[in-house]
Amino acid sequence: MDKTKKVITVDHLTKKFGDFTAVDAITFDVHAGEIFGFLGANGAGKTTAMKMLIGLSKPTSGTGTVAGFDIVKNPEKVKQNIGYMSQKFALYDDLTIEENATFYGGIYGLKRKVIKSQIEHMLDDLDLRSSRKQLVGQLPIGWKQRLAFSVAMIHDPSIIFLDEPTGGVDPVTRRIFWEKIYEESSKGRTIFVTTHYMDEAEYCHRLSMMVAGKMVAVDSPANLKEKYGVKDMNEVFVHIANQEDWR
Amino acid sequence: MKSYWAIFKKEVYHILRDRRTLLVLILLPFTLVLIFGFAITNEFKDSKIAILDQSKSVLSGELINHVAASQHFFIDDYIMSIEDIEPIFRKGEVKMVLVIPPDFEEAFTRMKKADLQFIIDGTEPNFANTVNQYASRMVNRFTSLKQGQQTSLPYQIGIEARMIFNPELSSAYNFLPGVIALILLLISAMMTSLTIAKEKETGTMEILLVSPISPLTIILGKVGPYAVLSFINTVIILVMGVYIFDVPIRGSLILLLVMCLLYVITALALGILISTKAKSQQVAMMGSLVVLMMPTMLLSGFLFPVTSMPMPLQFISKIIPATYFTEIIKNVMLRGAGLQYVIFPAGVLVLMTLVFLVISLFSFKTRLE
Repeated sequence: MDKTKKVITVDHLTKKFGDFTAVDAITFDVHAGEIFGFLGANGAGKTTAMKMLIGLSKPTSGTGTVAGFDIVKNPEKVKQNIGYMSQKFALYDDLTIEENATFYGGIYGLKRKVIKSQIEHMLDDLDLRSSRKQLVGQLPIGWKQRLAFSVAMIHDPSIIFLDEPTGGVDPVTRRIFWEKIYEESSKGRTIFVTTHYMDEAEYCHRLSMMVAGKMVAVDSPANLKEKYGVKDMNEVFVHIANQEDWR
Repeated sequence: MKSYWAIFKKEVYHILRDRRTLLVLILLPFTLVLIFGFAITNEFKDSKIAILDQSKSVLSGELINHVAASQHFFIDDYIMSIEDIEPIFRKGEVKMVLVIPPDFEEAFTRMKKADLQFIIDGTEPNFANTVNQYASRMVNRFTSLKQGQQTSLPYQIGIEARMIFNPELSSAYNFLPGVIALILLLISAMMTSLTIAKEKETGTMEILLVSPISPLTIILGKVGPYAVLSFINTVIILVMGVYIFDVPIRGSLILLLVMCLLYVITALALGILISTKAKSQQVAMMGSLVVLMMPTMLLSGFLFPVTSMPMPLQFISKIIPATYFTEIIKNVMLRGAGLQYVIFPAGVLVLMTLVFLVISLFSFKTRLE
């Protein structure tokens, strides 16, 4: 895997709602196979920024490419090549594991044979083979989360966007989930993840920090800690978020 | 196309898995038709009355027999004095007291003019009116019967009223189109707005929008199964109407079904419109109940005739799709009208559908911007 290949490029991307600038000319790149953490306090603009990248929102100005496609001119191509999972997990509780996976395969236009083999692969991977006919609503939350992650990758996207994927999950389950993220990253899949948990931020290869719509830092966790002369990411975050002069 | 069927199939699972809602959706047409058919009826039979016969003559005896012979009244009690009238009404069983004055026979034979008095319980005005009409008609018939025997009047104007399209004035003819309008609206509009609001609430809508399928495909895939369900219900109601309540289908059946389909589409468009505005299922539910159900029940001419409403309400009834749909149905089913007579209301429905869809699409787009 070519780690220097850029799969996401963002150049002065801006989003305004009337007079309010939610995202203020952010610029960064993400490399193939990287786990890229997207951090910021609530309301810092990270959800808006992410929505522009996945085609749910149109930028006011600036440009960006995802998986080699322009996010403004070619959002459909972008959508075909990315996976997305939000903190709500977004599986249907009244459908079985198999039906959920078949449905998501279907909306990505996969052939029936491909969907079948992907599901078998997924069930093996998650060790859920015996409960394929079980309704998702009956699964424990940790399983649901891992299932949602796998289902979001049923069409084998090169990049996957995770929007606070571990909200409301206990530390052990979070740990297991991150092992899964690492596994995917090692296969060359790019992971773009937003999070509130600073211990998770440590797991990322590189981090970006947003404050008041601006991107104030992009670097590896180690470099950031060194730069601000602190011991952990929590302190880095507090240090950066408290600097009022960003606005 | 493949993604369309994926959504369609998923929606079918949702409907089939939610047993309670499914049961309601299937039982609702049956229950509504039976309730409106048997309970809410303008016809009446065996209404209880009491008689205060002060005349006690041959003629009064004949009148009483005439009343008793009719199917409409059941003589519950004979009372003896005026003082008994109020207590008998208080018991609540008797709806009318027929008072025959002491000089009834004498007045009738000598002066050719006798008086009778109906005392009617007015607590239910509509019912009281009907009782009055039936009783008057009966007395008139009795009078002409007697006159016929005496043949004293050389000139007579006989009135023969004939109700066309509904000779027996069966109320089923009126409620059936109304029930169809109501049920199609309920299933199409309300269920659609609920199911779309649900996807927003659970966050799955976001996932669908991130996928490559277009918003239009998502919406069409979701409403498809409800359109089928609505159509099945239409057929159930029509069959019940024809076989249980003898409502005729005088016009073309194909035209009728096409018109039902058109109305289903209008209702679905309305449901989509509500769901673009509603963020949660509760809002969607309240929205459809208040905006759709109430006006449809009260103002579409289903329960109360539109022509006797005050102007503002008449105006509201003009913007309710059900008003045009019931007009179409009545024209086709009862009057046997062809396409040229329903083209105007059908055109209004098409126009309404387009307006609803354009507004929905617009508000959908602005949300994405």
